[in-house]
Amino acid sequence: MATDIIIHDQKDNVGVVVIEKITPKQDCKCWIMENDSSTTIQSVDEIPLGHKIAMADLKEGDTILKYGHDIGKVVKAIKKGEHVHVHNVKTKKW
Amino acid sequence: MEIPKSFLGYKRENGRAGTRNHVIILPVDDISNACAEAVANNIKGTIALPHSYGRLQFGADLELHFRTMIGTGSNPNVAAVIVIGIEPKWTKKIVDGIAKTGKPVEGFHIERTGDIGTVMKASKKAQEYVMWASEKQREECPISDLWISVKCGESDTTSGLAANPTVGNLMDKLEPLGVHLCFGETSELTGAEKVCATRGATKEASDKFMKTWSAYNDFILKEATDDLSESQPTAGNIAGGLTTIEEKAFGNFQKIGNCKFVDVLEPAEEPKKGKGLYFMDTSSAAAECVTLQAAAGFNIHLFPTGQGNIVGNPIEPVVKLTANPLTVKGMGEHIDCDVSKILSREMNMSQAGDKLIETTLKVANGRLTCAEALGHREFVMTKLYRSA
Repeated sequence: MATDIIIHDQKDNVGVVVIEKITPKQDCKCWIMENDSSTTIQSVDEIPLGHKIAMADLKEGDTILKYGHDIGKVVKAIKKGEHVHVHNVKTKKW
Repeated sequence: MEIPKSFLGYKRENGRAGTRNHVIILPVDDISNACAEAVANNIKGTIALPHSYGRLQFGADLELHFRTMIGTGSNPNVAAVIVIGIEPKWTKKIVDGIAKTGKPVEGFHIERTGDIGTVMKASKKAQEYVMWASEKQREECPISDLWISVKCGESDTTSGLAANPTVGNLMDKLEPLGVHLCFGETSELTGAEKVCATRGATKEASDKFMKTWSAYNDFILKEATDDLSESQPTAGNIAGGLTTIEEKAFGNFQKIGNCKFVDVLEPAEEPKKGKGLYFMDTSSAAAECVTLQAAAGFNIHLFPTGQGNIVGNPIEPVVKLTANPLTVKGMGEHIDCDVSKILSREMNMSQAGDKLIETTLKVANGRLTCAEALGHREFVMTKLYRSA
């Protein structure tokens, strides 16, 4: 039942850490809300509660999908398991 | 859970019901604050609503000022009103607007009398009102008398994951019972605006939403020096893991569940199309948004937070919920409803929605909110542009 990461939608390429933090090389349990399914991922970075982890390798210009929707673009390549935030993702607005 | 069909509220002259029974001292303008606060200090059980505006405003901005003042006085959470302004004309305009509800209201102007004489006259009337109001008893009111407004603040990813969908779950359960509902935050729907527009109950409502959002976006593009990245997301949002305005917007949007909005309201405009969900064009600043929703007649507010916004309102009780366990641990005195067990999967969304309905009804029946107990009375007028 317990989970380390929650993913909103099957299409999403990021998940949200829901424990106080995950540490590098931690094998994390993930729960996909949309279809109540489970998956796993090994983390690369330490990531705090509420922050995002990449569920796939992402290259510059790729679109980040969360809630099944476009929430911004990758501005610096991200490896699966790395921390996804303002240092590697930017808005497509403005 | 079987949802209660009624709550205990204060029945008002115009058929609405209040969750509170305030007697307010309402200043028309900034320079009348001192007088209003003196009256509220003299007469126990009344509250003054000081603010910063009301002089030399014009056009749509002045109309919004009057709409907010009259709407605040007309809110069913208010039993009676003392209005105090510097000049007689605008004071009377607000008194006449509030009087349409049938509740007791009287205006006083300071010019030619001075603060001391005005405080004396207004205090006598305020004492009469508060003693009259104190006799009012709560009576059983149908749950459809609840007008529920929502706004989130200091959001983080736990807001979009759990706290906001909890509000959405409550909306899905209460909308069929005939309540009025309202969401706003035009700026914080940026990125999700096209998806939000599809949630209009009619094409007219959808088109009106897109027109409102586009007008806002044009304003941002005109006024912004570069972009909004210093303000949206906020530093608190970013600390909580939110990266872009789009991510924040899709999280925000979870608050309306599967409901469709029947109309788009101007700031502080009272809904006129009956029960159901309304979108109001508001700022996303917490106190401004809640003040506008209270002025439109909403009598209880739900406020999901991630990192821990602490806002309250003088007349509309603000119920806080969070799913962030660190916020519950660090600032629990601000949290009325803890839904953090959603993250550990010990609670599902429907259970969380039920818990929020229970909390909402307790507060509607008179239980103080954390913000009320802590004395949060943020009354913040929205100003559209500079004064003449």
